[in-house]
Amino acid sequence: MQAFTTMKGLVAPLDRANVDTDAIIPKQFLKSIKRTGYGPFLFDEWRYEDVGQPEMDCTNRPLRSEFLLNQPRYQGATVLLARENFGCGSSREHAPWALLDYGFRCIIAPSFADIFYNNCFKNVILPIVLDGRIMDALFAECTATEGYSLGIDLQAQRVVTPSREGFSFDVDAFRKQCLLNGLDDIDLTLQESAVIQSYETRRKSEAPWLF
Amino acid sequence: MAKTLFDKVWDQHVVKANDDGSVLLYIDRHLVHEVTSPQAFEGLRLAGRKPWRVSAAVATPDHNVPTIDRARGIEDPISRIQVEALAANCKEFGITEFGMDDIRQGVVHVVGPEQGLTLPGMTVVCGDSHTATHGAFGAIAMGIGTSEVEHVLATQCLIQKKPKVMRISVEGELPAGITGKDIVLYIIGKIGTAGGTGYAIEFAGSAIRALSMEGRMSVCNMAIEAGARCGMIAVDDVTLDYVKGRPFAPTGEQCGVAEAVWRELHSDSDAKFDHEIVLDAADIAPQVSWGTSPEMVLPVSASIPDTADARDATQKQGWSRALEYMGLEAGTAIEAIRVDKVFIGSCTNGRIEDFREAAKVATGYRMAASVKLTMVVPGSGLVKKQAEEEGLDRVFIAAGFEWREPGCSMCLAMNADRLESGERCASTSNRNFEGRQGAGGRTHLVSPAMAAAAAIKGHFVDVRNWKFR
Repeated sequence: MQAFTTMKGLVAPLDRANVDTDAIIPKQFLKSIKRTGYGPFLFDEWRYEDVGQPEMDCTNRPLRSEFLLNQPRYQGATVLLARENFGCGSSREHAPWALLDYGFRCIIAPSFADIFYNNCFKNVILPIVLDGRIMDALFAECTATEGYSLGIDLQAQRVVTPSREGFSFDVDAFRKQCLLNGLDDIDLTLQESAVIQSYETRRKSEAPWLF
Repeated sequence: MAKTLFDKVWDQHVVKANDDGSVLLYIDRHLVHEVTSPQAFEGLRLAGRKPWRVSAAVATPDHNVPTIDRARGIEDPISRIQVEALAANCKEFGITEFGMDDIRQGVVHVVGPEQGLTLPGMTVVCGDSHTATHGAFGAIAMGIGTSEVEHVLATQCLIQKKPKVMRISVEGELPAGITGKDIVLYIIGKIGTAGGTGYAIEFAGSAIRALSMEGRMSVCNMAIEAGARCGMIAVDDVTLDYVKGRPFAPTGEQCGVAEAVWRELHSDSDAKFDHEIVLDAADIAPQVSWGTSPEMVLPVSASIPDTADARDATQKQGWSRALEYMGLEAGTAIEAIRVDKVFIGSCTNGRIEDFREAAKVATGYRMAASVKLTMVVPGSGLVKKQAEEEGLDRVFIAAGFEWREPGCSMCLAMNADRLESGERCASTSNRNFEGRQGAGGRTHLVSPAMAAAAAIKGHFVDVRNWKFR
């Protein structure tokens, strides 16, 4: 797995609460059996005038010019500002795959849906939770300032604004270590094979119907 | 120490407690479908790993399967490749699969309980958020992403932090015409789609205990729509009666031992919860969602809300977007909303009792001329067979409804069953997000009886006043 340490990137502000994973990547794209190639279809229904189909060439599709990611000032964004309950709904990991494939490495929101939050870490996207009032300030600054970028330091657990103002964020220690060191958590769990086997032996005698 | 139901099941599955408060949690049952598994199997292959315990996993294709003309196979080549990939992966790794031609095939969350693959006290996972369904059996059942599907295949474990536990008690007698679906929509309307975030929810109270297993599954199914990690209901006679005799359930001597263990699967009387909510069953009317989030839901007697009444700016913005998308105006009576299509089925409402409820309403009636299509999609091949033995299919066909083959169908419209842009649907499914049932489609979530009534009348009606024939 790739590591995530520090980054600095252009910010795009998605000012909408309860963005669900159906909106992030509509269902027709879930038919793919790959992990990559979802970027052009990220937010497909909000981004394009027509209805996207898997594997289609998006170069000449009619764009909804008012949508955030179609505005010239946000091209190349790698940090997404979002609102409450981002990533709710379906467990599809295609949502973080699409965000990553598009170029987002970090999503900052006042809250995330559980499964989506977890899926981000598995794909080296850092989801950061910041207080609603800080989020309001970041949204306002970002909207007012073309080229607005944020620095992210995972080790220090800090988000730094262009005016050097810093905000701390919480992150689970285990997930942090995995991201910083690019650890594969399946490898880590398999190091516990003996413990898993002895658990199974015990459970087989207690509850044989489970095996 | 007094324990909640969640604590009891959780504690039994802790393989190892880590210093940081996370645990290695053992997974008893892993349900697999075609959409969220191919990349996980590919991951195993790339890393040269084998599944830890193949007997824990059972697979069935459901999202992409056609609901008509099964003999013709899947026309969409991309869907077909995905379903074929599931079959090939199961074969390669030795996992049991109920394929498209198997009568046991169906929506994974209908199939699991029906086969006795879901048992009380289990940990159940699936790469699908509606795995919460299986919590109706006193199981911890969680939806996971594809990376975790791979993790469970490779290790039979997940790294988890224990969530907080909330108990939602619905007390009192459920009024006639009110179903598990109405209960859960009502709860989501009260606590919101993020109301359960960070929690496992135990649904309790006399109204929940009075539900059949089908009703309980509908309630737990939508725990995810309240943002919860999982939903659960304590084990009782209703649970044990349902499980007994199922193909994968314990038999003989083991059956008695298991039942004794399962009877302990309830919260202790003095157990402490992180949060408690008590609701009165008498307050619950048939629910109809009006917006683009399951929390935008109202009793059928209500009218579309005015954005001026929103509690804050965020809700106001959400409501106003939803009204625009749904093509609705504030003040319109819900009963005045006309529907173009009706969908009865899904992991929420695709079980035999759901079709009985819908058939009761449809008996002796014809679909309104203004309704283009009513699709009735059983949750599994066995539900279909049972419904046909009871003659429910004939009731639906006589009413002008279409009786289809089992699958997820228009709940999420990955196959050919979908809404066209602007079409309005009464749907027994679980999500009314923008585009969920087809780009531009407008979904209203309701119970099976309410959906059937809307199909007959062409608009929403209060099923409590229905003249049964």
